[in-house]
Amino acid sequence: MDNLLEVKNMHVSFDTYGGEVQAVRGVNFSVKKGETLAIVGESGSGKSVTTKALMKLIPMPPGRIKEGEILFEGRDLAKLSEKEMQKIRGKDISMIFQDPMTSLNPTMKVGNQIMEGLIKHQKMSKAQAKKRVMELLELVGIPDAESRIKQYPHQFSGGMRQRVVVAIALACNPKLLIADEPTTALDVTIQAQIIELMKDIQKKTDSATIFITHDLGVVANVADRVAVMYAGKIVEIGTVDDVFYNPKHPYTWGLLGSMPSLESEVAELYAIPGSPPDLLNPPKGDAFASRNEFAMQIDKEQEPPLFKVSDTHYAATWLLHEHAPDIDPPEAIKKRVAAMATNSGKGDRS
Amino acid sequence: MARYITQRLVYMVITMFLIATFTFFLMKFLPGTPLSAADRLSEEQQAVVLAKYGLDDPVPVQYFNYMVNLVQGDLGISFQFDNREVTTIILDRIGPSLQIGLQAMIIGTLLGMLLGLVSAIYHNGFLDYGSTFTAVIGQSVPSFVFAGIFQYFVGVKLGWFPVALWGTWEHTVMPTLSLAIFPLAIAARFMRTEMLEVMGSDYITTARAKGVNKFGVVFKHGVRNALIPLITVLGPLAVGLMTGTLVIESIFAVPGIGDQFVKSINTNDFPIIMGTTLFFAFFFIIIVLVIDLLYGIIDPRIRLAEGE
Repeated sequence: MDNLLEVKNMHVSFDTYGGEVQAVRGVNFSVKKGETLAIVGESGSGKSVTTKALMKLIPMPPGRIKEGEILFEGRDLAKLSEKEMQKIRGKDISMIFQDPMTSLNPTMKVGNQIMEGLIKHQKMSKAQAKKRVMELLELVGIPDAESRIKQYPHQFSGGMRQRVVVAIALACNPKLLIADEPTTALDVTIQAQIIELMKDIQKKTDSATIFITHDLGVVANVADRVAVMYAGKIVEIGTVDDVFYNPKHPYTWGLLGSMPSLESEVAELYAIPGSPPDLLNPPKGDAFASRNEFAMQIDKEQEPPLFKVSDTHYAATWLLHEHAPDIDPPEAIKKRVAAMATNSGKGDRS
Repeated sequence: MARYITQRLVYMVITMFLIATFTFFLMKFLPGTPLSAADRLSEEQQAVVLAKYGLDDPVPVQYFNYMVNLVQGDLGISFQFDNREVTTIILDRIGPSLQIGLQAMIIGTLLGMLLGLVSAIYHNGFLDYGSTFTAVIGQSVPSFVFAGIFQYFVGVKLGWFPVALWGTWEHTVMPTLSLAIFPLAIAARFMRTEMLEVMGSDYITTARAKGVNKFGVVFKHGVRNALIPLITVLGPLAVGLMTGTLVIESIFAVPGIGDQFVKSINTNDFPIIMGTTLFFAFFFIIIVLVIDLLYGIIDPRIRLAEGE
């Protein structure tokens, strides 16, 4: 029982006027202590909803966790009341948000925003909390903490604000840290800084991390394991090496093929044809079938289960079925994978 | 900060000067003379009276004399009311108006904010519909209608409060309530809209992700941010309230400044018209200044952009 978090068959839906939008349609994954799991996928694939649902931060209603279990240290979060969740949020599980320009309260001093969780969860006095805030600011690399804590968010740059957001998340030494695209809203140089900071913090604390991103370069850099999401489901999950160097799902091929790289000899990037399915009426069979050049008849009729590739590696595609023809990834993608392998051998990819 | 306030004070003086000038010349276009019994006086008698008050001078000269006196703080003497000084008349009459106006403003905005808050928290619930309905009625029905309703039902039928006149605290209740309904409606609508928007913003999710409970989310994180736009409408609201008092005062026979103002216009009592106008103007400018300062207190982004 070394799984810190175990999500079993979680379904999340939003009830809209148009009908029920099935944003997450049965995901299973686990996170071990100290481990970093990256969740990748295109916009609308259900990455954010999955993690917001873990903390029950989706607006309910219209959202609801339709079924499934969220076992955190053996407790099913899906069954907890809002009051009980409040004791877990910020203390055991905390979250880093996407846009630092909007995720801090503009009318509250930065110090107070970081302190809030400490005073609530750890029953610290104001003075103790202030001391801890100073430590945190040093940890996330904000100099001149004494005067910074008295300032308001608008006096911080984007990168500095994101450091504050990280400090808020780390305040109570959470067991699980969820980072929801923490670098998407930042410019490239600041992205690199924040990624370095996140890696640094992983070393210093033993928090497990769920890292949501659509930047595959970041994944290779920070994660131990990767889950690829498509249309509200995990289509492939495995270690970084499994997924990057031995991808099995055609969607993962597409994602890897569409990733730009400096070394690439191919002038054109691969583009996955078509667009993601409408989750108001999810298609029958494999949701990716209509965009999949390798789709077989069964893809249109039945959803593929997660096939086991190795002990750590699973993928949901009928191509892995014993009766399926042996299909290799397209040449271009093989080349890319090979290039990445040699490239990562050379050293740091960031 | 001190520099900012000084700057604002200078603007205030300029504004007052302009208002005084416009009002003075506009007033001179009023038909008739201040003489209440002109038909019973001979030409010579009229001329003597007019000369006594300096009304036979050319208008620019009158204007110049008036402004010189004004700068010295002399608002002149009323033509009609026992030759009393304008300043004394205004000070005598301002009390009831201010009391009703301020009471209405405070009760109206506070209750309105509360109503809007309840609306936002129980969004699309029974309480929300109830308070939205109240706000729509309060905004679309003029205050004198409420005044009439209050007088008839609360005053005559129930007999809880005196129907009109002035004197005790009870006399202020119905005029205040009639006047408070409009600001209440406006504050409720604004608070509801802003609060809903704020509660959907990212920093509220951040606060919830910290484990802050609903009360903390609403009051520590929500309200202050929702107040910023509300403050913007307080200024025009205060102005509206002041003009509202003119009607309310005559319905409830309150001896206020509004009542005085109307009478002075009907009788061409120039010094009173000028004095009251300037007083109203001064009052509004002060309100606007206070609101701007309030802004700075509530929104740190504005405060720091100004000073330091």
